[in-house]
Parts: sequence; structure tokens; C-alpha cells
Amino acid sequence: MCGIAGIIHRNKTGNVGAEMTGMLQAMKHRGPDSTGFAFYGVPTEGELLLRFKVAESDDLDSGFEIHELIKQRRAQVDERIESMGGEIQVAEAPTEYAFLYRLRFDPELDSLVRLADYIEDVEGAEVLSIGNALELVKDLGDATEVSDQYEMGEFVGTHAIGHTRMATESDVDIRSAHPYWAYPVSDVCVVHNGQLTNYWSKRRELERTGHRFLSDCDSELIAVYVAELTQRGKSLEEAMHQSVDELDGVFSYLVATSDALGLAKDTMAAKPMVLYESDDCIVMASEEVAIRTVFHEEIDTFDPYAGEVRVWSTN
Amino acid sequence: MEHQLAMAKQSTSEPIDVHAEPLKGRSYKTFFRAEEGENLVYPDSVEVDFDHSAEFDAAEMDTSAINVRIRELIGEGHGHIIVRNPGAKHSLGVGILNRLKLDFDGSLGYFGIGLNDGPNVRIRGRVGWSCGENMMAGTIVVEKNAGSCFGAAIRGGDLVCRGDVGARTGINQKGGTIIVGGRTGMLSAFMMQRGRMIILGDADESLGDSMYDGTIYVGGDIASLGIDAVPGEMTDHEAAFLQRKLDLYGLKAPNGVEKLQKIVAGKQLWNYDNLEPTEKKIVL
Repeated sequence: MCGIAGIIHRNKTGNVGAEMTGMLQAMKHRGPDSTGFAFYGVPTEGELLLRFKVAESDDLDSGFEIHELIKQRRAQVDERIESMGGEIQVAEAPTEYAFLYRLRFDPELDSLVRLADYIEDVEGAEVLSIGNALELVKDLGDATEVSDQYEMGEFVGTHAIGHTRMATESDVDIRSAHPYWAYPVSDVCVVHNGQLTNYWSKRRELERTGHRFLSDCDSELIAVYVAELTQRGKSLEEAMHQSVDELDGVFSYLVATSDALGLAKDTMAAKPMVLYESDDCIVMASEEVAIRTVFHEEIDTFDPYAGEVRVWSTN
Repeated sequence: MEHQLAMAKQSTSEPIDVHAEPLKGRSYKTFFRAEEGENLVYPDSVEVDFDHSAEFDAAEMDTSAINVRIRELIGEGHGHIIVRNPGAKHSLGVGILNRLKLDFDGSLGYFGIGLNDGPNVRIRGRVGWSCGENMMAGTIVVEKNAGSCFGAAIRGGDLVCRGDVGARTGINQKGGTIIVGGRTGMLSAFMMQRGRMIILGDADESLGDSMYDGTIYVGGDIASLGIDAVPGEMTDHEAAFLQRKLDLYGLKAPNGVEKLQKIVAGKQLWNYDNLEPTEKKIVL
């Protein structure tokens, strides 16, 4: 089933950490397997935020050597970053296997692609996100557990998207959890509720253009698809309109960039989405009960219609 | 097994007098007569006093606790119950088989007021997906917007939304009246079987797709008609009926009820209720 949620503050910041945690926790019944957040803080000039992991959480139960392996893998990642000219400013380890680095690094797209590929060449390593504003965390457990684990409850930023997952067609692991970073474009990621029926044909098309897929989850395809179109010069809104025409299946999805948040619904309106708009804050979720954790008073909400695409900017 | 089947046929058909008249295709048989008072209420229904009202705050209560509290108040004879701060929680006010005036002072989540037979419900907010599903009788009035599958499979009563509603409104509608004050989403009245749907605003794509029977009236633009949905002729009798119905809820057709577009089933796909009498006995 899965639940998705998004919030964007306009011309201001808010405590999106607490807001998104509350929204996703209210939709725990839609999927208790894993939870993921993509938070957008104020963009940091000249500094790159890199979130990556070098193991799955349940790998910790797989043997005595895993702890040493994790250390070795992280050391390999550090070496590779430095060998590419990166300078690690701050390194945080909210869990034993997942890390946040603040880097000095060449922000050009080609360099980011090479960096991501080089890191992911390390056994067990996966880049969760790269960007100036985006911080992406995801793990097994409900929203409160994951938020506490990664200490995201106090995060202040402009916008965020999140996902609570009920695994249906792929595994219960971090790799299959949302959000999906739109490799290799920095600061873009996607959460999705639904099912794509032309997943494999579209995946093969994108793989032929050089994109990589780390999971068999159809939601990852939306992120890569949007990234491909925006790389080719389309605006976010144009890319999302095209996705409604070309992606077959039933879906509602949210996509976020460093300064915008977009929503798309399939042409059958088969997956739920409730929307609330005010002058300075827009909130959306699979269920209104999630929105009501942010706005406790009575508010006017509505469902976007079939095939609808909407994009909001932070200013 | 054969014995059980025979018993089932006997026990279900005889008491309600299903086959008292020859079956000739589509039937509008009356199952209950007004003089059979004992058949018009449920055995465990409660006599309530409509002047006897009660209210409670649901802000800190979960769905089960709210529904249990409503039943307790009905059991105490309250004919008017007001629920404050329902907080868009799911499945509130469901399965009420009693006369009752029930007000929700706020919004409901999914599957609100479903499986009801009798109560008059007012929601001073919005409702999520599948409000009023399978309603048998009574009224539901939603003051703001509604989500998809509004009034799915309702069999009777009036289901009113003053605002806009989502997709698949009245899917598989089997009776009753659905009134939408604003716009309705795609595939509304999909596989409609009986009853009336009145849409005062616009209707999205595939309106009335694969409808077997029933009637749709639209005040705004229709994006497209579904398969086997065709325009019909409005009669004076219908116009008078529609006017009375809209007056009940203080609603107005944008250009008068006479200008509503009427949509009916072309019946090119129609085979509903065409069972042979012997097949019908088994089904019923």
C-alpha cells in the first residue's frame, strides 16, 4: 500500500524534521516495513552533502566479521573520495553502517557521476544522496524509530518528502526503501505509491543511456526517469507531465529538488493523494490524517484529479 | 451439500416471498410492505429521542473508541449525537442501523459512514475515499469536498457533497441519490446499476462507463461519456423531482434543472437481471 507525504514552506523555513516524522508516523498502517525521509535545508555553497551506507541494517546479524568489514568499506570510501580530490570536512555516523559527509568537491555533473560510481564500486556501498541541500535517510522501522535513529527530528529546512513502505514486489531492506535519489543529478529525489507496469521496458531504455539501478523497485525508475529528462533540458514540470503520459500503471508520486516540490497522479487517479494549500505552506499526503498532524484545526483539503501535475517552489 | 443448498433456497426465498409473481426479466419487486412494521426496523434497533442530544470530543480518541461511544449514546436513547474534532480519522460512524441524527464537527478520513441504514448524518468538513459505501437508507451531507469512490455501491438514501469529489463517484451504484455540488472525477457512475446521480458542476472523462441502468444529470461540462452511456430526454416529471431533491439540500442547478444534461445507459452491454428464473432462485 505505502504512504507518501510532502511539505514545502514558502519564503521561510520550518521544522520539517518533526513535521515529516509526525506525518509518516500517522500513516504507519499504510506500511510498517521501512521509512525514508528527504529533507532540504538551506543550500550550502561550496559544500557537498553526501549520504551513503556500506551495509544493510540486517547485515549486522550476519556474522562476527561484519563490523570489521564495515570499517574497511568506509575506509575504502574515504580513500576514493580523497583520491578524486574530495576533502572531507565533517563526517558523521548516525548508525554503524550509514554516514553523512560534508565535502569540498567539484560540483560538476560529470564529477558527481564518477564520484558516485567510484563509491558504489566498494562492496556493499550505496550512495543515498548527493546535493547541496538534500539529506536523505532511510532505514527499516517506522517513522519515529528512523527519525530518532538518525536524529532528524529537529531538522530545519524549506521542504521535505517522505515514505512509509509496505513491501510488495521487492525486498524489505534499505536498498528497496524510498526515497530514491535521482542518480546522478544532485538534490533530486522521489517517493512513490503505486505500481508501474512498464517498469522493465523503461528500465532497459534508461540503462541503455547509461543510468544505473541499484534495486528492482519500480519507484527507483521514476527518479532516474525524471533525472534523465531534466538532464536533457526539460523543466521539472515538463518532465513530470511526460511521465504521466509515458509511465504505465497506477501511481501518485512526489519529486523534490533543491528549491521545488512536485506532485503527479496517474491518468486513472487510482492512488490517493490529499492536498492542502495555504499562502506560505503546502502539505500533501496519502491520507488527510497525516496532514492533520501539522494542522490540527479544520482546514480545506482536496484530492488532485487524474493526470494532474503540480509544482511549487520555495519562493 | 445438496441438502444444505435445498435448505438455503427454502429459507431465503420463502419468508420474503421472492417468487410470488412470475419473473419477467427486470423486476422492481417490493420486498417489504408498509403494513409490515416489524420488517422495517432491525431487531436490535433502539428507540431514540431526537430531542435528547449528546456530544463528545474525539480529538484524543481512536476510531474504535469513537464508534463505541456513538453506540453507547444510541443505546442510552440519544437521538442526536455531535462528534467534535473527528480529526480525519478513518471508518467513523459506520454500520449504524438505527434512526439517528449524527453530526461530525470536522473532517473524516477513509470509509466514513459506510454500511449504514437509517441515520441522518452531517459532516462539517471533508471526507476521504469511499464515504457512504453501501449505504442502504438515510442521508449524508458533506459540507466541503470528498475523495474518490464517494458513495460506492450505495443502495438507497441521499448522499450529498456540496464541494468537489474525486474519481469513481458512485461506482457500482445500486440505488439512492448522489448529489455533487461541484466537479466530479473520472469514471463516475462506473457500472451504475440503479439510482440517480446529480452533478451540478463538471464531470471528468468516461462518465457512466459500462452503466447498466440508472440516470445521471450533469449541470456543467462532460469531458467524455463512457462506453454505453448516452444522452437521454428529460421529462417534466423528472425535472420536478430534481427540483424538489435539490431544494431539500439548498442546492441549485447552474442553469435550472431543465437544462441539466441527462445521461442513461444505451443498454448495448446490458444483461443485468436477465437471469433465467431457475438461475435467479439459486442466486437469491
